[in-house]
Amino acid sequence: MGVTRRGLLGGSAAIGVALPLLPAAAAPPPPDAAGEGTIPVTLHVNGQTLALNLEPRVTLLDALREQAGLTGTKKGCGHGSCGACTVHLDGKRVVSCLALAARCEGRAITTIEGLAQSGAQSGAHDGALHPMQAAFIEHDGYQCGYCTPGQIMSAVALVEEGHAGSDDEIREWMSGNICRCGAYPNIVDAVRDVADRQRS
Amino acid sequence: MENFAIVRPASLAAATQSGGTFIAGGTDLIQLWQNNVEQPRQVVDLDAVGSHDISVGPDGLRLGALVTMAETAEHPAVRSGWPAISQALLLSASPQIRNMGTMGGNLLQRTRCGYFRDTGFACNKRAPGSGCPAITGDNRDLAIFGGSEHCIATQPSDMPVALVALGANVVLQSPQGGRTIPLADLYRAPADTPQRDTNLRPGEVIIAIVVPASMAARRSAYLKVRDRTSYAFALASAAVALDIDAGTIRDARAAAGGVGVMPWRLPSVEAALRGKPASPEVLSAAAQHAGDGATPASNNAFKVRLLQRTVLRALRSVAA
Repeated sequence: MGVTRRGLLGGSAAIGVALPLLPAAAAPPPPDAAGEGTIPVTLHVNGQTLALNLEPRVTLLDALREQAGLTGTKKGCGHGSCGACTVHLDGKRVVSCLALAARCEGRAITTIEGLAQSGAQSGAHDGALHPMQAAFIEHDGYQCGYCTPGQIMSAVALVEEGHAGSDDEIREWMSGNICRCGAYPNIVDAVRDVADRQRS
Repeated sequence: MENFAIVRPASLAAATQSGGTFIAGGTDLIQLWQNNVEQPRQVVDLDAVGSHDISVGPDGLRLGALVTMAETAEHPAVRSGWPAISQALLLSASPQIRNMGTMGGNLLQRTRCGYFRDTGFACNKRAPGSGCPAITGDNRDLAIFGGSEHCIATQPSDMPVALVALGANVVLQSPQGGRTIPLADLYRAPADTPQRDTNLRPGEVIIAIVVPASMAARRSAYLKVRDRTSYAFALASAAVALDIDAGTIRDARAAAGGVGVMPWRLPSVEAALRGKPASPEVLSAAAQHAGDGATPASNNAFKVRLLQRTVLRALRSVAA
């Protein structure tokens, strides 16, 4: 009753249950982030201030997922190759798997969870989808959905950077985000749609 | 993946004396650490003490070591005065990584040779004296220039190839003081010490890159050939620059990437261009020299012709 996949996998109390469900290729669990050798780290995520205790080696990705409970940001390769972990740092897209959380203090971090708020035209935090999220749904820009948060974070940045001038330009500037399902044509459609609407 | 401490030095001088492992963008160091290739105990954060500035002055273009790849690639002065640098950066990595990676760090990216990055294999660069499985193994992506019997690992970054072609210098600071050297002299061929990629001294840190302005630099280009359309390391790449006056080539610069143990200057290509008319025949003949001195391994002889053609295409693009 009331148990969702997201709730089961997302809660820290459920980690012991959740780990066996992860695909075999998933990276090993992150280092213990609350034990000896931790340092206080204050992160500004989606407009909220989070006071955490982290080992210096903890990546921004692991801090977001394991400490902040923001599991929308996905761990793919852990080596910056796939883009599944893309977030915005001071408004610029980065791969959070190659950033150390302790080096992100004082910087504005936006994750997929923060996009709906910032996209609400009224400014009200009413949970309305960001136009890019709505466009991915409308154009069927995903299949399994695992890469989707990273794709959307990259796509939002791409449009703001002004790199949506043509389909080829969109493909080039989305090339840091891999989709093993191969939803690329629909992703390009979604990005172009949002860019066209912003121009008109 | 042992834990480490993060140190935030109060000054560059303090950083050079820290004895730790420098971190700038961190995009390569974190990967090397995740693969247990690097096991830093102390990570020294250069972010607050390094230069984030791009400026143009009498010496030419000055790129602070902490400037990101994206910032340099997009800078209007770089795009107009040194286009090969901008193009090399835009053909590097992904937009996300270009927002993180820095000028100093990109110069020092370590080889992507699969044996170096996997501690399950021997590697003379990672574990001196353990052997080089690449020489008889999977060496398709590795160097055809500058290798030794101990190592044929390729220098992977694009930007240094453009910088070496354009005669860039690097400004360095160590506990013993500062010095400025040609970027080409920063790099080392593996010879019998493949564990050392560079001539940096203990504690020495990169402060800035300085690139002279020239007519040739304004007429420069970077062309990269790779296994997929985007986001891959070079199989072969070419940085070229021509100063053409009334149809005659006054100065020519050429360097190759993806093929050398370090950014590989092509002096015989340059010599075949200088003083000659910028004709299709001269360009074709000069590009043939791109293969001069190549010593391919068992699986990468294809790179010789690929490089010659890459150089020719690049030359045509700037001669037109």
